[in-house]
Amino acid sequence: MDFTLKIWRQKNSGEKGKFVNYKVGNVSSDSSFLEMLDVLNEELILKNEEPVAFDHDCREGICGCCSLYINGRPHGPDELITVCQLHMRKFKDGDSIVIEPWRARPFPVIKDLIVDRTAFDKILMEGGFVSVNTGNAPDAHAVPVPKQNADLAFDAAACIGCGACVAACKNASAMLFVSAKVSQFALLPQGRVEAKERVRAMVAKMDELGFGSCSNTGACEAECPKGISLTNIARINREFIKAGSA
Amino acid sequence: MTNFFTSSIGKKILMAGLGLFLIVFLLVHLGINLLLIIFESRDPFNIAAHFMGTNVLIKIFELVLFGGFLLHITYGLIVQMQNWIARPVSYAKTHPSQTSFFSKYMIHTAVIIGIFLVIHLFDFYLQAKIFGGVPEVVIDGKTYHDLGLLVFEKFKIGWVVIFYIFTFIFLGFHLLHGFQSAFQTFGLDHRTLTPVIKASGVIYSVVVVAGFILIPLVIYFGN
Amino acid sequence: MVKLNSKIPAGPLAEKWTNYKAGQNLVNPANKRKLDIIVVGTGLAGASAAASLGEMGFNVKSFCYQDSPRRAHSIAAQGGINAAKNYQNDGDSVYRLFYDTIKGGDYRSRESNVYRLAEVSNSIIDQCVAQGVPFARDYGGYLVNRSFGGAQVSRTFYAKGQTGQQLLLGAFSALMRQVKLGSVEIFPRTEMHDLVIIDGKARGIITRDLITGKIERHFAHAVVLATGGYGNTYYLSTMAMGANVSAAWMSYKRGAYFGNPCFVQIHPTCIPVHGDNQSKLTLMSESLRNDGRIWVPKNLEDAKKVQKGELKAIDIPEENRDYYLERRYPAFGNLVPRDVASRAAKERCDEGHGVGSTGLAVYLDFKDAIKRQGQKAIEEKYGNLFQMYEKIVDQNPYTSPMMIYPAIHYAMGGLWVDYELQTTIPGLFAIGEANFSDHGANRLGASALMQGLADGYFVLPYTIQNYLASDIRTAKIPTNTPEFDEAEKNVRAKMEGLLKIQGKTTVDTFHKRLGKIMWDHVGMARNKEGLQKAIDQIKALRLEFWTDVKVPGKLDEMNTELEKATRVADFLEMGELMARDALQREESCGGHFREEYQTPEGEALRDDENCTFVSAWEHKGATQEPALHKEDLNFEFIEVKQRNYK
Repeated sequence: MDFTLKIWRQKNSGEKGKFVNYKVGNVSSDSSFLEMLDVLNEELILKNEEPVAFDHDCREGICGCCSLYINGRPHGPDELITVCQLHMRKFKDGDSIVIEPWRARPFPVIKDLIVDRTAFDKILMEGGFVSVNTGNAPDAHAVPVPKQNADLAFDAAACIGCGACVAACKNASAMLFVSAKVSQFALLPQGRVEAKERVRAMVAKMDELGFGSCSNTGACEAECPKGISLTNIARINREFIKAGSA
Repeated sequence: MTNFFTSSIGKKILMAGLGLFLIVFLLVHLGINLLLIIFESRDPFNIAAHFMGTNVLIKIFELVLFGGFLLHITYGLIVQMQNWIARPVSYAKTHPSQTSFFSKYMIHTAVIIGIFLVIHLFDFYLQAKIFGGVPEVVIDGKTYHDLGLLVFEKFKIGWVVIFYIFTFIFLGFHLLHGFQSAFQTFGLDHRTLTPVIKASGVIYSVVVVAGFILIPLVIYFGN
Repeated sequence: MVKLNSKIPAGPLAEKWTNYKAGQNLVNPANKRKLDIIVVGTGLAGASAAASLGEMGFNVKSFCYQDSPRRAHSIAAQGGINAAKNYQNDGDSVYRLFYDTIKGGDYRSRESNVYRLAEVSNSIIDQCVAQGVPFARDYGGYLVNRSFGGAQVSRTFYAKGQTGQQLLLGAFSALMRQVKLGSVEIFPRTEMHDLVIIDGKARGIITRDLITGKIERHFAHAVVLATGGYGNTYYLSTMAMGANVSAAWMSYKRGAYFGNPCFVQIHPTCIPVHGDNQSKLTLMSESLRNDGRIWVPKNLEDAKKVQKGELKAIDIPEENRDYYLERRYPAFGNLVPRDVASRAAKERCDEGHGVGSTGLAVYLDFKDAIKRQGQKAIEEKYGNLFQMYEKIVDQNPYTSPMMIYPAIHYAMGGLWVDYELQTTIPGLFAIGEANFSDHGANRLGASALMQGLADGYFVLPYTIQNYLASDIRTAKIPTNTPEFDEAEKNVRAKMEGLLKIQGKTTVDTFHKRLGKIMWDHVGMARNKEGLQKAIDQIKALRLEFWTDVKVPGKLDEMNTELEKATRVADFLEMGELMARDALQREESCGGHFREEYQTPEGEALRDDENCTFVSAWEHKGATQEPALHKEDLNFEFIEVKQRNYK
């Protein structure tokens, strides 16, 4: 398969970027999207051009590194996957593909398609944990947890922190990400103890970092590679009201 | 509590609360307006309008209503500004997302509704209260503003009717998202209740908009 | 020559760890504040260690090459984590977990370490639950278990097919809490390139900031490596793209011995290779073998037709299917340990019974499980794995069987450490996959997560104090000493050297060529001739690399090719050591299968007489061959037997 790629190139955070067009040929339809970019990069290196920088690591859809905005969609034209799981068979031979980095004020571009997502870690630092030291724990069966809650907590905890929700949201809101973490802990007895402080601190940090607010459009849920549900956003709102009225 | 309403979620909760309040008000307003086409005479409408304009409790409520509008608009603008700032560089290529269409155009529909609101206030509220350009009518020995006549005059003008209908369709778009979104913002999420709310939102939006649009149509095409 | 001292505490097996803790030196709270510890790597071992040390009051600096500690490759572990809780009332115990692990490791690990691992396993589950890790539960609200290869009890705790993710996020949350509290400082997108030794002790590291390219120096009283395994030596593996051996390798070159480098695990259930541009192999969790049945066509003609695409799996009648694991190992069936399952798959494919277009695949079939339990139950257990498979292969595993083939997955070998997890360099510790310690020649499923967290939460935070207790009077050493100068110069020289070559061949090309040599000669089946050939080929390839590699860009900027080049340069040395180790170990055990040493039925044949040792390699400089030291393994508490899963 042959493709025309229109890729955002930017030397570093200080310099202006621009789109550059590339042609890439002889791509197997069984290749992943990132393997297609590998092929392009190999060609660029041999032509004495600088390869395209993009984040990637596990290449099995779980580390949350890869973060490309492909033809107007975070992680490209397939459901419930990350870019590294996107395969070229999802495109047509001869397609032209526009590849951009995540765009959000709290996610500045570092180079080409790589953005700085440490904002997410800063939010988690404010309360994305249970305050338990190593060795403090009672027996794991000391507190039974209703299966339904455990399952919902897992569904929320499945978030890989890739930032597709922010990239997809017209407001660059981080509500789906933050709500997933808040929900995970709100649903478990171990997390309830600090629920109020947690939601207050994490929301305050999220606002301070310059993410937009939630308009309940649902774009985040539609583009989330792990299918994190909007019900988590309802839950964080609820938790926030509870915390605010206390 | 101090930071509650300055936080992003707090602002949205306030917006949602005010939105629901305005949704209730719209129903009342529609009810009174419909008097114009339900009855042969404009009297019931004028009496109702008079009651709304003079009753002490309603007067107080009116302040709340104005406040509500202003806050809903102000907060809406603030939130929108912040949202625009949150993405300083926009995407070169976007893809029509498969999610709720109207949610993406809340600010645009809001602007249209806002323009209408200004004209509307000037035409009716300020005319009656300040400029005094409203004809009068005597019902059972008492003098009332004949606001009904004003409405009839306006709705005999073709472009006014078109503009009115156009605006209310956009109001409908605003409501289609706003109604159910408000409940989500309040954190209401329930297996059986949420679908009911979503359906109610659609029914409400369609009924209210249809109700309001019906009035100019009846007047324009009626005798 | 340093005598290897494994520092195993005296006393009965079950009391060793208790006795050690009772007698060890501790650091008092006021002194902990004065001591700096560097932890490199933020996977399960690194994150849990950094968090626990921070909680205790040490000053911790935590490094990772990823953009966030949460993305370390432990996150990709799917199936689960073992513990001897015996919640299922099926006869499990600390001793049984210990025994299974030793046996699964083909009797090539240290009794004392493995017992301790089994002993602390229960606390890990408690700790994780307290952190809010959402393990799978039953309707009573209690934890459920699944079974894994090499065990006859159900002792594996899990969170769907994302157990590693959930455990890592738990450890990461503890880490972030300490970052907020100020006891841990994190350095993401920062890669370690050398170890600094002052007066014989590990005192710091040299790093490169991957965003700015800046070379930096960091001091600490002790350095902990939690940098994972070296599976990427093979290029294609289930490892993350960035996973590398460099930190461990530089430490080896600075004097730390490398233990059992030839012991790598080849995981039986991965998605088969599809083509030349493939960058990575995807694992399908071992837990699938709980319900899936592995088979190949019994008749060679059927296999050929399947390979040509003329015949489909579902068209092959039951009597023409060879469920070879159930046939060969009736007691354990599809749940034999990984090394056994991998070799059996290779054997069938070598005989021509393989499926898929390459003939290098076997079927993993869920037909019976779906019939028995219903599709919903299977979906519940493995939904995300099935989805992942379908996305990659474009086939629905609910209706047609999955195709799987073995792939490089885990390194049992690693830096040699003693009972305290200290390497042969005082003050340098290695934890998790980076050390060699607990898995012998083969790791059992769901034991890597257990070991990583055991080391990080419950072992290292104790043992490191025994070392640091004597260091409380050592003030912070400034980073302008000659030792730091020399180490930084060393790093710069290597990188500038790579950038200067400007040859004609890309880094990936070299990496792929190395991978092919490794897979062909140091892979699932090895022999003397092949290993010698591999050593020669790797040497030649290394020479070519250092004269013909093309690395674009500059040192002082983000340069992903330079990152890769430094890693591949180290793999090119690591590969040779692996081959050397495989050559000297004249037996078959666990993941190490020497064709010369097998039973008439083709099972691995150990040589307990001559090979019951850990090989520990000492670097002797660039021009000399490394020296082999042997730590003899003494089995005092269990009887060494031929592994039998029949």
